[in-house]
Amino acid sequence: MYLLHLIIMLPFIFALGCPLLYRLKQHIHTGWLILPAPLLIFIYFLVRLPEVQSGERLTATVPWIPSLGVNFAVYLDGLSLLFTLLISGIGALVVMYSIFYLDKNKEAIGRFYMYLLLFMGAMLGVVLSDNLIVLYGFWELTSISSFLLIAFWYQKDKSRYGALKSMLITVFGGLAMLSGFVLLYVMTGTFSIRDIIANISAITGHSLFVPAMLLVLLGAFTKSAQFPFHIWLPDAMEAPTPVSAYLHSATMVKAGLYLVARLSPIFAGEAGWFWLVSGTGMVTLIYGSYRALKQTDLKAMLAFSTISQLGLIMSLLGLGSAAAIYSGTSESLFYVKATMAGIFHLINHAIFKGALFMVVGIVDHETGTRDIRKLGGLMSVMPVTFSIALIGTSSMAGLPPFNGFLSKEMFFTAVLNIMEMDVLNMQFLGMFFPIIAWIASIFTFVYSILLVFKTFTGKKQFDKLEKKPHEAPLGMLFPPVVLASLAVVFGLFPNLLAYTLIEPAMAAIHPTLLLTGQQFEADIRIWHGWTAEIWMTLGVITVGIVLYRLHHRLKVLHQPLFSGITLNKTYDGGLNLLDRGATGLTDRYMTGSVRHYLMYIFVFLIVSMAITMGISAHSPYDFSEFAPMSSYEAIIIAVLMGSVIAVPFARTRMMAIILTGTAGYMVTLFFVIFRAPDLALTQMIVETVSVTLFLLCFYHLPKLKKELESLRFRLPNFIIALGVGVMMTLLALSASSSRSFESISEFYIKESYNLAGGKNIVNVILVDFRGFDTLLEIVVLSIASYGIYALIQLKLDHGEDPITLG
Amino acid sequence: MELYMSLAIGVLFTVGVYLVLSKSLLRIILGTSLLTHGVHLLLLTMSRLKTGAAPLLGQGAESYVDPLPQALILTSIVISFGVTSFFFVLAYKAYQKLGTDDMEQLRGKEDE
Repeated sequence: MYLLHLIIMLPFIFALGCPLLYRLKQHIHTGWLILPAPLLIFIYFLVRLPEVQSGERLTATVPWIPSLGVNFAVYLDGLSLLFTLLISGIGALVVMYSIFYLDKNKEAIGRFYMYLLLFMGAMLGVVLSDNLIVLYGFWELTSISSFLLIAFWYQKDKSRYGALKSMLITVFGGLAMLSGFVLLYVMTGTFSIRDIIANISAITGHSLFVPAMLLVLLGAFTKSAQFPFHIWLPDAMEAPTPVSAYLHSATMVKAGLYLVARLSPIFAGEAGWFWLVSGTGMVTLIYGSYRALKQTDLKAMLAFSTISQLGLIMSLLGLGSAAAIYSGTSESLFYVKATMAGIFHLINHAIFKGALFMVVGIVDHETGTRDIRKLGGLMSVMPVTFSIALIGTSSMAGLPPFNGFLSKEMFFTAVLNIMEMDVLNMQFLGMFFPIIAWIASIFTFVYSILLVFKTFTGKKQFDKLEKKPHEAPLGMLFPPVVLASLAVVFGLFPNLLAYTLIEPAMAAIHPTLLLTGQQFEADIRIWHGWTAEIWMTLGVITVGIVLYRLHHRLKVLHQPLFSGITLNKTYDGGLNLLDRGATGLTDRYMTGSVRHYLMYIFVFLIVSMAITMGISAHSPYDFSEFAPMSSYEAIIIAVLMGSVIAVPFARTRMMAIILTGTAGYMVTLFFVIFRAPDLALTQMIVETVSVTLFLLCFYHLPKLKKELESLRFRLPNFIIALGVGVMMTLLALSASSSRSFESISEFYIKESYNLAGGKNIVNVILVDFRGFDTLLEIVVLSIASYGIYALIQLKLDHGEDPITLG
Repeated sequence: MELYMSLAIGVLFTVGVYLVLSKSLLRIILGTSLLTHGVHLLLLTMSRLKTGAAPLLGQGAESYVDPLPQALILTSIVISFGVTSFFFVLAYKAYQKLGTDDMEQLRGKEDE
């Protein structure tokens, strides 16, 4: 175990201690005891900052399943460091916030912190793993812990629905991702991400390369709520607000972004990667921002806002991958700016979205509702909350001097740059990028204003609220205040981040673009002259304000996008269809009738035998060595066939039994003719006993239905039966006509007397050469007799009348 | 001879399967008996018929019939006897208990 491993394990260790710590809840809120875990992790990674900045990489490996190439390998570079700081930093703030949000006496906080720590550890594992399989393991652990957290209030139907939905969608993506990883392993022979990147030239032309890329992207898109897999995120808002703030805005939904960034060095040169990542991001961006406009629930609004911002970051990562297409030329650094913007916005979004969720949580906690139609005029009552909300939304809308402004400007720069790309048909399609980006920014601006003004200004309508609103306690305000001040600090001094975090992260995403020792130069300036981006921002603000003014009159904004077909209906309908389809299918063939099941079995037997006989090159039947038939044998065969064929036509039970007995005695006669004296003896005795038993039993049967009526003819049964008969005849003929090798019986005939001292070869085989068969056959017989005895003695319910059916 | 035996085996299987597919439990049991006979004759036929004397060394014959299938069939006869008897008593008990031997009525309850 190395220190890095220990750090990943720390939340798990704390999670194990949760039930123990929970016992102290009378004295102290469990959250305070949990708080040291994320703080320690945060401090540890903060200390590592200078090392990583100077280009050092921390690695450590603990063997797990070395024979399969699966080792718990961890790797800390700029990208991982950025994510670990987000996870632990916001984690610490969320834990603190939750201490005031969740009542220690009313809620099962022990369970809550256990799940939360489980999630934190899993998330750290995802971003630090170098081994794809280990990464996948942690990835699914985040899905599971997220599932548990969404359904924290499991008494509510909607919580369970949301949890199930998110579970199904993210696990579907996770499994796709696993297959992508397996394909990568098939191509490269290693699970280590660094080794795959080192051997990148070997796999780019491989036929499995594109399938692997698509499968991995499916995993990333489902986890990061990209269109059309975003539908789970709004329903995940049933979780407690600290969970929404932590998982569904700052960390888990960024796991997909992390995956895209982490695997960019492998796939980025592929045009499909560029189009899929940036295209999906753009669609998600505009769709999410448009849908956010229509929401009346604050958390739903933030959920769609998160979806749209994730789309923005995703598209930036896609645009940044253009650099790999230009790899080796001076132009590549031009496109790297998109990656820089993406990372910067990723940090910014985690900060302001975390703060906004906490604000919404406070509003919910202090007023009892999150519906903007009921809220209003809270500014004077909750001044601190209002200030935080104002900073957060300004940052989200992209207003100066907050950090969101800078990343939005850089986003515009990136989409404008991409127009100048002269490959991949960009002259035409490239035009859409700035247009979509601009329109989406207007939507973002409008819903940001709506969010803050509908809640905090306007009419006071406190009579509609469940509680009398008042300012939140200090401890609850502290975490969002920290985040809001970070938004301001990073807005005014962006280079604090640029040199420390963004440059190493870019180096991790574009390792091939740099010579050794070289570094990216991320220089973010708050004022960059009267450029096109500034005009675009001014346009956003102007149009946004107009739209906000007209908001009430624009009916389009209040109606659902498509009332008929929505993605949620498709999902629900799909699940329903799957459920009913499966039930219908099962009901159709699982009829409960033995006859049907036997028919399936026999039809399968006939078909498989027919196909096999048809396929295998069969030599014509060879009748030359067949023995001649004498008149005795002809008579026996005739009697056998006659009695057998008569069985189905028998009108009484007795007749059917006797006819079957006749067939048995004819078989005995065959054994006599074919020189098998032991068989003949046994068969005769067995047949006699069976027939006696049959007759005895049926003689004593209650006469419910007097005798069985003669069998009705059924064509399907007959066809199947005939098919089996024909197949068996063909089998018997082909088996006896050609012999590929000599029998081993010569040995028994020769050695029966020498080795075993017996002259009856069959008996010698039974008790000497193959005595084990006989032993177990005796066991079978004894089990049967015990079983029969038990059945006869068994009386399950005494004195009850037999149940009459039908 | 093998040709006619093969045909007889085919008839045994046809009637056996036809009975097994019927509704009456007694007929199903009789069907399995016929199937058993068919299998035994198949085993015997596959190793060639009438190629020598009975496998008793005392006879001092030049060639004997194959003793191995006979041993296998003997084992099989005993086992199928055990299984058939058990099956039969089971059917008898079911008949006594449930009052029917119609397989279409011997079904589980809904949602069982």
